[in-house]
Amino acid sequence: MARADEAPAAVYRRLLESGTLGFQRCAGCGAAIFYPRVLCLVCGSTSLVWQTSAGRGTVYATTAVHHRDAEPHNVVLVDLEEGFRMMSRVEGVPAREVRVGMRVSFETRREDAGPVAVFVPEEG
Amino acid sequence: VSLRGRAALFGVAESDLGEVGPGSTPLDLIGQATLRVLDDAGLEKGDVDGLFSASAYYHMPTLSVGEYLGIRPRYSDATNVGGSSFVAHLLHAAAAIHAGLCEVALITYGSTQRSDGGRLVSGSEPLPYEAPYRARYPVSMYALAASRHMHEYGTTREQLAEVAVAAREWAKLNPRAFKRDDLSVEDVLASRMVSSPLSVLDCCLVTDGGGAAIVTGAERAQDFAKPPVYLLGAGEAHWHRNISQMPDLTVTVAADSGRRAFEMAGVGPESVDVAMLYDAFTINTVLFLEDLGFCGKGEGGRFVSGGRIAPGGDLAVNTSGGGLSYNHPGMYGLLLVVEAVRQLRGECGERQVPGANVALVHGNGGVLSSQVTAILGSEGAL
Repeated sequence: MARADEAPAAVYRRLLESGTLGFQRCAGCGAAIFYPRVLCLVCGSTSLVWQTSAGRGTVYATTAVHHRDAEPHNVVLVDLEEGFRMMSRVEGVPAREVRVGMRVSFETRREDAGPVAVFVPEEG
Repeated sequence: VSLRGRAALFGVAESDLGEVGPGSTPLDLIGQATLRVLDDAGLEKGDVDGLFSASAYYHMPTLSVGEYLGIRPRYSDATNVGGSSFVAHLLHAAAAIHAGLCEVALITYGSTQRSDGGRLVSGSEPLPYEAPYRARYPVSMYALAASRHMHEYGTTREQLAEVAVAAREWAKLNPRAFKRDDLSVEDVLASRMVSSPLSVLDCCLVTDGGGAAIVTGAERAQDFAKPPVYLLGAGEAHWHRNISQMPDLTVTVAADSGRRAFEMAGVGPESVDVAMLYDAFTINTVLFLEDLGFCGKGEGGRFVSGGRIAPGGDLAVNTSGGGLSYNHPGMYGLLLVVEAVRQLRGECGERQVPGANVALVHGNGGVLSSQVTAILGSEGAL
């Protein structure tokens, strides 16, 4: 999935551009690693394997960032089922109605600076 | 070898505080605080041979400070772990003095962030993976922690507001405090939301300010006019820089820094007469009371309720009025030390905690990232 000479951030972005959420799995200790690195932060191994997340997660923490002249926007930390946590936002519900424990699923959005990983409430 | 009691604080001082007006620089405030701390300790500038500082203004702060003050140290430490840096400097100074690398350490800091007109040096450096989400640094990170604490332990906005109200009640007793008007739980709840669940009155002040402290070997006590305040113990810890990398948002690594400090000091939370806990946001005080062992995990909200950390309460916390009501000049840790020393010297007037012998100083840096704890004691606590 990753070329040997490709920087971790470049692999992540390339995967995101193809609509998938990439993370690393340590071949040494099995830890799920995010954000991407060149070594395992748990055991120090350099044998990291890129994997694709199923994109299913749970909101671990949430905040609505308020503005004087606009609606609030949401920022969350999401725990993915594969065992890593990432910052993101939940779309499709007002910022203040995002709840800790909410089940969410991954989507991508295209922004000026490139593709962005977001989450929407899981259906059903 | 233990550093317990080997170094002592022989001087503390504040610079002018609050809003010093346009034109003054952070170095001007450092100059003021240094003049005052040398006077407090009865030393000359030339006696200082160890210089400690951190800054969001100066990339090489001890170089800038040394140049401005005309001090040429033989030991220089510009460790920057955020607002907790100056508590770390206490431990580093004690170690350097014990190793014979310097004799008289000056720790100093200044900021003119309020007079700079809101052009804050924020320390925000988001990861490329996180920049698109526009979290507001640093308040959103603390808000995330508060949201999790509420979810797991049922902590309420009212309980967080109690922290701000207690700080204000102390501030009313401190003539140097920036905010001294009445404040109620209802006022906090009704104030403008910044990053939920934290409103503007859950957040620290944005003020100018600075301070200075003098540390030297405890054996020199007879050289000083004022009673020494001994460093009984100190401990550092950090485990993340970005909030996404904090293992559990309801547990800070103060659990480790506190344990190290208490172990070195040979005392526990029950011996602490006055606690200075870095209250950049109301959730901080709750988390640190839990992680430092003043109450169990998840009990912090109840612990702070009903005025229990306010004047006349069970535990005297942030007697200056704290970062919430006294002063918060960007990095606040040195002012925690100043207040702790004054309490142990019995210099705090109306807000004096009677017979205070042991003070805990807890510094926080980054986004609940760096935690540094120091235990200070008067002669009676040695």
